[in-house]
Amino acid sequence: MLLVIDWSLLMEKLLLIVVIVSVSLVIAMYETYAERKIAAYIQDRIGPDRAGPFGIFQPLADGLKLFMKEEIIPNTSNKFLFILGPCLAMLTAMMTSAVIPWGGSLHLFGRTITLQVADINIGILYIFGVVSLGVYGIMIGGWASNNKFSLIAALRGASQMISYELAMGLSLIALLMLTGSLSMKTIVQQQMDNGVWNIVYQPLGFLIFIICAFAECNRTPFDLPEAENELNFGYHQEYSSMKLGFYLFAEYINMFISSAIMATLFFGGYDIPFFNEATHIQTWGPNIVAILGTVALILKIGFFIFLFMWVRWTIPRFRYDQLMNLGWKSLIPLSLFNMLVTGAVILWKQNHWHF
Amino acid sequence: MQALTNRVKVVERKPMNWVERLYLWNILKGMIITLKHFFQRKATIKYPEQKRSFSPVFRGLHVLNRDAEGRENCTACGLCAVACPAEAITMEGAERKKGEEHLYREEKYAARYEINMLRCIFCGLCEEACPKDAIYLTETFAPANFQRQTFIYDKQDLLIPDPIKEPELYAKAAGGRVRKN
Repeated sequence: MLLVIDWSLLMEKLLLIVVIVSVSLVIAMYETYAERKIAAYIQDRIGPDRAGPFGIFQPLADGLKLFMKEEIIPNTSNKFLFILGPCLAMLTAMMTSAVIPWGGSLHLFGRTITLQVADINIGILYIFGVVSLGVYGIMIGGWASNNKFSLIAALRGASQMISYELAMGLSLIALLMLTGSLSMKTIVQQQMDNGVWNIVYQPLGFLIFIICAFAECNRTPFDLPEAENELNFGYHQEYSSMKLGFYLFAEYINMFISSAIMATLFFGGYDIPFFNEATHIQTWGPNIVAILGTVALILKIGFFIFLFMWVRWTIPRFRYDQLMNLGWKSLIPLSLFNMLVTGAVILWKQNHWHF
Repeated sequence: MQALTNRVKVVERKPMNWVERLYLWNILKGMIITLKHFFQRKATIKYPEQKRSFSPVFRGLHVLNRDAEGRENCTACGLCAVACPAEAITMEGAERKKGEEHLYREEKYAARYEINMLRCIFCGLCEEACPKDAIYLTETFAPANFQRQTFIYDKQDLLIPDPIKEPELYAKAAGGRVRKN
């Protein structure tokens, strides 16, 4: 009886996976469009406006162009690893979305459908594990190209991601001490019940986390792995056609996912501000409230994506030693300090605010 | 060192304090500047639909002018070809026959008149040299093309539309520069 498979649950989860994967692909597609538009608007230009009204078919045209390009595999490269690189980058980018709670629960056909693929109790650890696998995409791609610049870029990318993951993890530990849970769903639920988002308790932790998220996504000001003017193109120098597209796409999906994580951990996830979900479920029914919650989450994610792009087109790139100084000498001590203060306050609270 | 002008601004090179070393404040200031630009009026001109207006002294493609009755002004004297520093103009003269008085203003006319737009430097010396008000530079410029041959403009390409038969086209081609008789 242990091996009885709940087919409807399986179908439900499969459907959810398909929806989430295709939605994140579409969002990544339109992130490229948004990036070009935002860059243009910040530089007093209009940006792509030829393909369709306001250029909204531009990502399709870009995708078509990438598919039509000749696929070149350098003959001195390691072919297996060369193909594995972009696949890994894409895979790790997509895998993270499994544990993010995209909304409350729907009631359809007499079933309660949670809008989350897997509510595992170690959600954040899972994300960290998968994100650190993302280094392999860059490392393998850079190494398999058999090109000096790609290798340098891959080394830079690996060391940057590893050093910023430390500060990122430490900044989250303070948050986890507050919530007492690693499950993303529980963290959101707590924020909804308290009515106060975690950003209020952990402003410094959020600041450190967002800086590290920029570094993890290889976005400006930390885009050293793909510093065009130093390394030609970075770790994807030798890539062409859709393999290059995969690398670029993976970057945008990473950005989307890290925005989702930031919104979930610090900004209440699918919680709608100044809106009592529990009473509205009584009056409006659970489905409408769940959909509204998902829309709220998407809006929060959209704001963070805009922030990513806004920062990208404002700040120039860090120098490599500055990057390392910032990571090791500023962010890690700061996050340790944050952890200490949070721990002290929690102990003080447990002692009913008596010393 | 003594300053050469009173506009010299001495740069203070003091070590950064703690807030400045955090960079966050300055990053925030920069982001406010870029956000301001985000909402500013855009400088882009959407080219094929919108066109930048040219100054009346703009020197673009040439036209061969006609007089008020629609007759060609050019007499194939060759002064424009002589004046041309890029040697872009070629022409062949011919004598006006009986019954052709409505086509050509004077007894001699250009049977062939070609300008190589790839050689032309659009200096306007041909226009200055012309004694008959026959050649003018207009406010249009040469369109792009894939073949070099298409850049040799012959007489049919250069002639301005007839002012009597097609007055609107004539006015459009003439612009503000061509002298209308």
